[in-house]
Amino acid sequence: MKFLDEFRDAEKVKILVDQIHSLDPPPINIMEVCGSQTHTILRYNLEELLPKNINLIHGPGCPVCVTPIEIIDKAIYLSQNEDVIFTSYGDMLRIPGSQSSLLEAKASGTDIRIIYSPLDAIRLAQENPHNKVIFLAIGFETTAPANSSAIIIAQQSLLNNFFVLCSHVLIPPAVEALLSSELIKLNGLLAPGHVCTVTGTSWCEDISDKYKIPISVTGFEPVDILEGILITAKQIISDEHHTSNQYKRVVTRNGNITAQKIINKVFGICDRNWRGLGEIKNSGLKLRDEFSNLDAEKVFELNSIKHHEDERCIAGEILQGLKKPFDCKIFGNECTPTNPVGAPMVASEGACAAYYNYQAI
Amino acid sequence: MCLAIPGKVQKLDEANSSPRMAEVNFDGVVKQVCTDFIPDLKIGEYVMVHVGYALNRVDEKEALNQLKAISEAEEIIRKNMK
Repeated sequence: MKFLDEFRDAEKVKILVDQIHSLDPPPINIMEVCGSQTHTILRYNLEELLPKNINLIHGPGCPVCVTPIEIIDKAIYLSQNEDVIFTSYGDMLRIPGSQSSLLEAKASGTDIRIIYSPLDAIRLAQENPHNKVIFLAIGFETTAPANSSAIIIAQQSLLNNFFVLCSHVLIPPAVEALLSSELIKLNGLLAPGHVCTVTGTSWCEDISDKYKIPISVTGFEPVDILEGILITAKQIISDEHHTSNQYKRVVTRNGNITAQKIINKVFGICDRNWRGLGEIKNSGLKLRDEFSNLDAEKVFELNSIKHHEDERCIAGEILQGLKKPFDCKIFGNECTPTNPVGAPMVASEGACAAYYNYQAI
Repeated sequence: MCLAIPGKVQKLDEANSSPRMAEVNFDGVVKQVCTDFIPDLKIGEYVMVHVGYALNRVDEKEALNQLKAISEAEEIIRKNMK
């Protein structure tokens, strides 16, 4: 496939690996922020190709993993209303809530539909005027424009049976929270290419300056990841700290301004609880008041729902890069992709699922 | 979740359509994609598609430059080894 195969080419991977080895780097920690990058690293076993001194730390960039458990519980509660068609991206269905997952709720008879695009939820609302269609809007800046666009379409077409349960999160405040915590020493970052496709790269430049850390805005194929590591390691060795754009074929400095405007029209900034990480200030998006007639949290009574986390799961430490999945006592035994205890074992880009699927135990 | 796939625009609604949809070909699989975030999109261009929306163009020139730079790095390494 054009623009994919060339960036999985074994010859080019070898050239980049040789270049990284020729740097003979000191011990360094580089965090790939995005879970899709973690997935590529594990799938292609890139860590094995790198010098032993380069330690890749897997970051919190999996929106499915960090969606708070109370949102899953609220989603299940809403899906149990008889006239509700609950819609969600497929990634969310097996994420454990306090009692069950959306998939288990679906098996028990609730009407939960997997959608590919938010426009599918709009179509369902148009085709089922006697049902309430509720859309679980999650994701980072990558997904926020599409969800915003669908919300605008719903309001403009005067759909009165379309509602949104919103749990959007933002990457820059989470990266800043990690860098400020000083729990882990990071020498460089691979920033998430598709978030930056929307946002542009200026927030990375600000973080590079503020925290004196090199950042490479990086794509998702093996050639991209290795080139991002090469660029970052070179900067670390020469004691530089600026932002480079490895993913220029897709990411521009200003990002997609049309998409940014649509996000700002629909959403305002709020504090948001990240599963495993706790509340991060200004790290979420909430529907603006003009869209409160679509806001499921305002239209339906949801405040009385209690939730509790399984205490055996160390997802919070894994998402902060403090521990690897192998450090978890229940990894691969009590917690597996078919019987997950924590969210990172379920999500396609969750670190635990990637380790389970691609690494020898 | 942030997965986006490159595909080629092969058919495009009129510019004033809302939402403006395109037929995008992903190596033989054709999907309807919303192009509202790229108002000046043209048939034949490649886009990165995420949850049914085109997020941005793929810049072919930048892609070729990147691949060329990697190949040239290999040539330099080889010359240095001789």
